[in-house]
Amino acid sequence: MAIVFEKTKGLTDKPTHYCPGCTHGIIHRLVAEVMEEMDLLDNAIGVAPVGCSVLAYDYFNVDMHEAAHGRAPAVATGIKRVHPENFVFTYQGDGDLASIGTAEIVHAAHRGEKFTTIFVNNAIYGMTGGQMAPTTLVGQKTTTSPYGRDEATTGKPIKMSELLATIDGAKFVERVAVNTPANIRKAKKAIKEAFKVQLEGKGFGIVEVLSTCPTNWGLTPVEAMKWLEKDMIPYYPLGNFKKPEEVE
Amino acid sequence: MAKVKGRTTFEEDLCKGCGLCVTVCPVNIISLDTARINKKGYHPAAIEEMDKCIACTNCATICPDVVITVERL
Amino acid sequence: MTKVLMKGNEAVGAAAIAAGCHYFFGYPITPQSEVPEYMSRELPKVGGAYVQAESEVAAINMVYGAAGSGARVMTSSSSPGIALKQEGISYCAGAELPCVIVDMMRGGPGLGTIQPAQGDYFLATRGGGNGDYRLIVLAPADVQELVDLVMEGFDLADLYRTPVMILGDGMIGQMMEPVEFRYQPRADLPEKDWATRGKGKGKQRNVINSLYLQAEELEKHNHKLQAKYAKIRENEKKVEEYNVEGADLVITAYGTTSRIAKTAIAKLEKEGYKVGMIRPISLYPFPNEAYEKIGDDCKGVLTVEMSTGQMIDDVKISLQGRIPTYFHGRSGGMVPEPEEIVEKVKEILGGDK
Repeated sequence: MAIVFEKTKGLTDKPTHYCPGCTHGIIHRLVAEVMEEMDLLDNAIGVAPVGCSVLAYDYFNVDMHEAAHGRAPAVATGIKRVHPENFVFTYQGDGDLASIGTAEIVHAAHRGEKFTTIFVNNAIYGMTGGQMAPTTLVGQKTTTSPYGRDEATTGKPIKMSELLATIDGAKFVERVAVNTPANIRKAKKAIKEAFKVQLEGKGFGIVEVLSTCPTNWGLTPVEAMKWLEKDMIPYYPLGNFKKPEEVE
Repeated sequence: MAKVKGRTTFEEDLCKGCGLCVTVCPVNIISLDTARINKKGYHPAAIEEMDKCIACTNCATICPDVVITVERL
Repeated sequence: MTKVLMKGNEAVGAAAIAAGCHYFFGYPITPQSEVPEYMSRELPKVGGAYVQAESEVAAINMVYGAAGSGARVMTSSSSPGIALKQEGISYCAGAELPCVIVDMMRGGPGLGTIQPAQGDYFLATRGGGNGDYRLIVLAPADVQELVDLVMEGFDLADLYRTPVMILGDGMIGQMMEPVEFRYQPRADLPEKDWATRGKGKGKQRNVINSLYLQAEELEKHNHKLQAKYAKIRENEKKVEEYNVEGADLVITAYGTTSRIAKTAIAKLEKEGYKVGMIRPISLYPFPNEAYEKIGDDCKGVLTVEMSTGQMIDDVKISLQGRIPTYFHGRSGGMVPEPEEIVEKVKEILGGDK
């Protein structure tokens, strides 16, 4: 008899405050598992965002910094320049990374800062009650797009992976989803590869994780996963946009 | 050929009754127990027919709250 | 020790490196661009890191990360850029992170001008960003004092776990004067066992944070910060006093303005006037006791600033209405001439010597 799945030491014992079915729980676990499997728990320093996952510093069992909204890549830059031998990651939502923090993530990638970003894209601002995000889909109703996102006045949603992949300093860019066990396992693989890119000193890496927000989408957790599959994935294609060349 | 058998345990008071595990079980043995509520006030997920469990770990993989531990027998 | 002729902005960098600061995050802005330029040249020589951030906002957040990781770290800017940093400075104060922030003030508000001013006094001494916090604010009057205060600033920052602001102005940043690096570091600085180095290296998992969602906890935290500021007020006041006892009038000024005031006082003394001077060197904590020592029969305290009047509020608070207060200021980047101050003193004293 063997245990084939148990809770990772990369998570603290604190039960999370996330809503039922919130994919933050899955993504936190994947990041924590990968850190444990790669023996990084004693070495890692993470940076938490402002958003639903502001309390991530209570859940990841590693040294953590709480950053101002959008500034995590700058904070991570400061940490990694002082501790180049430590593993440094940021965990950010769509307001944090694709709105207020766009300059910070672009320039961290541009400078090729050697940390890794986990970007949780759920097409909405969760913590503040369901407002429109830069990643909200056209026609999607939110509390600040009550008639549905209007392309004429607010543009189409921003595709951060595609944007960052154009930057030379970004060495690993992949978009994944966590709506099915199969996709979750693929997401974990991508996170592991992204972390390897940092450990091999190759440069900046980001994994964009398509996620759900059942509460603010007004759907059950199960319905939310279906909406992710039917509505988000067609607009935000999954796959790898950049990875280092394999050296023979 | 021997089939893989599993034992899956739920730490019931962590469960938020989201129902995701129910939908991904390939042998359909997980359900939310509507007859009771846990300490958080949710209907916790549970397995009645444990002998059908194949230790695929789908449920644990999708659970956002690390409620589930899976053993392969 | 040999003195070396240095431009103020470059002396800031040299002083920081002499104090063991090997990390600088900044952005160009007139009149302090020589600070990042100097650091970009010199930090690689000591194995440090210079990062030109994408903005002053990003720079102060890099400071947060580096300071939280246990390093001595500095950023610098001028008034419009310092305004951008306020969010990050508030976070540093709340998370109790030591760092040195150099402000070479220029005329404002808004984009203003590139010439010197002292319009950031309120911003510096009243917190500047959101919430109840203070910074230690040190105001040098010449390049030697700039060097001394930058070096001491790092020690004070570490001792109290709080940001320290060096409030200079464009003139001090640009002028060249002989300096020596003579500051003796303190021996009583605590270990930074709260810093993040990876939890394997510490006794516990460390979290750098300013968020306390439970109001009771945040109130407790605020009381802790206030207790710290009380200690700072008790121990870190710095002031220069000249001929205050028996003076008919006391001039008070800081930074570049104080040097101009000293020239004015020399002229007035030649004409038989009894004029004293109080020069705050620490703007927070404000050296209020110096003003309490002014005799009741002093005819007035003249505050001179390169602003429309900011430090004068603290002067009035310190005097508690005992003695009439007067103000002379220039703004917009204009620098007062000694003659203006001489005339103002004569006007106040009505020709009485």
